[in-house]
Amino acid sequence: MSTLETVREMLVDQFQLDPAIVTPEAGLEELKIDSLSAIEFMFLLEEKFNVNAPMERVDLKTVGDIAKEIDRLIAEQHGDKKSMEQSA
Amino acid sequence: MRRAVVTGLGVMSPVGNDATTFFDNLVAGRSGIGRHSRKFAEDPAPWLTAEVPAFSTEGFTKMRLGTLDRTTLLALLTARQAVADAKFVAADKDRAGVYWGTGLGGATTMEDSYRHYLGNATTARVKPTTVVMTMNNAATSEISLDFGFTGQTYTYSIACSSSAVAIGEALRAIRGGYCDCVIAGGADSLLTLGSLKAWQALQTLAREDKDHPDTSCRPFAADRSGFVLGEGAGAIVIEELDHARSRGATIYAELAGFGSTSDASHITKPSAPGQARAIAMALHDAGLAPLDIGYINAHGTATAVGDLVETEAIKSAFGETAKRVPISSTKALHGHLMGATGVVEFIVAIMAMQRGMIPPTAHLNTPDRACDLDYVPKVARAAHNINAVMSNSFAFGGNNAVLIATRMDQ
Repeated sequence: MSTLETVREMLVDQFQLDPAIVTPEAGLEELKIDSLSAIEFMFLLEEKFNVNAPMERVDLKTVGDIAKEIDRLIAEQHGDKKSMEQSA
Repeated sequence: MRRAVVTGLGVMSPVGNDATTFFDNLVAGRSGIGRHSRKFAEDPAPWLTAEVPAFSTEGFTKMRLGTLDRTTLLALLTARQAVADAKFVAADKDRAGVYWGTGLGGATTMEDSYRHYLGNATTARVKPTTVVMTMNNAATSEISLDFGFTGQTYTYSIACSSSAVAIGEALRAIRGGYCDCVIAGGADSLLTLGSLKAWQALQTLAREDKDHPDTSCRPFAADRSGFVLGEGAGAIVIEELDHARSRGATIYAELAGFGSTSDASHITKPSAPGQARAIAMALHDAGLAPLDIGYINAHGTATAVGDLVETEAIKSAFGETAKRVPISSTKALHGHLMGATGVVEFIVAIMAMQRGMIPPTAHLNTPDRACDLDYVPKVARAAHNINAVMSNSFAFGGNNAVLIATRMDQ
């Protein structure tokens, strides 16, 4: 499963959302996910993908932004190869 | 003077997750105390606790549940019960308040969050909502958010008298014209290993009865050995009398008196003079004499010194009348609900008056000669014609809070 798919699945599960509206382009605001919930959601993703997000605030506006940020962290912290195995 | 009345009740407790089940189980002598359901790896020895039975969390997303401490969840659900029971609509939300008590706030979250981080070298971050989940005013604020109450929303953290003081302060706010209606009460859920170990170390917890663990808490008995830590929440809707009448609300009782004092004598050991002053102050506030009180729900924690001192305090404040007042401690059955205990026991007192039935002090088989008042031992007692009831809450730290409710003819 790709990072994006996992992120979408977890968003649907955590926020009880209609999968059809959780597209890569969907904005967190339109999904009614406030900034505090977004920070908490990133924390769940850190656990899921075994990465550490930076302490300073990263502005993530869409579902796709989140997946990209996770992929970046995986590449940075585990190297590309390991990240492929992990998210496979 | 503006008067305050109680128009809605809500309870989440080890003996029932609504006020009726709760009260019926107390009258029947059913205990909510038992072996703790969660095994702790570091200390698997059976722990005696009083847990809230399973309940529905329908309507909450996983994310929402993951960002509400159990204390707050119990608080929110209990407040909703009370508001539904009152069929309540705040006429002016700017004059609607929340007065809430808690001892330890988000204790479970604090322990889990810190433990996860401190015991885990690969984790760089603490759960981001830890602060807003553990702050002592979390439940107060979630209730205010849930109902859109935009008046005074205050949190009282005074150990075991937290919610009793919250109710007393709500009474004063309504009398003083600061609020017309209030959701008042309290919640606590601190059945974590760290917290259990801390209470154990303080040597206040009841010895487990190996054959009948559910009878281990024995207030006022010669073989009493302490209390059982419990979790729970209680909420009442309090309205200014005309506010309640104008909407045709059903009135359970008038919130008639509040007394509050401090011992200033010892951080854990209670003092009879401080408690007696609080009792006398509540009677004076309600304009009542000792003879008017038809039932006292005692603080009755079943510690050796606590029950003795409370007995002395009641004797001192009530004089000759002390022997004639039925008194019971329902902690034998629902456990010690900490910040919630004041409100939950005040609800017991109100329902005893309303139903004409006094729940017993359970497991009082061996009387203590020094505790020689009428503790309604073992079996519930019918008592019609109760016109006023009292509920005592005496906290670690020496704070004493006494509430009085009176019958309200509709």
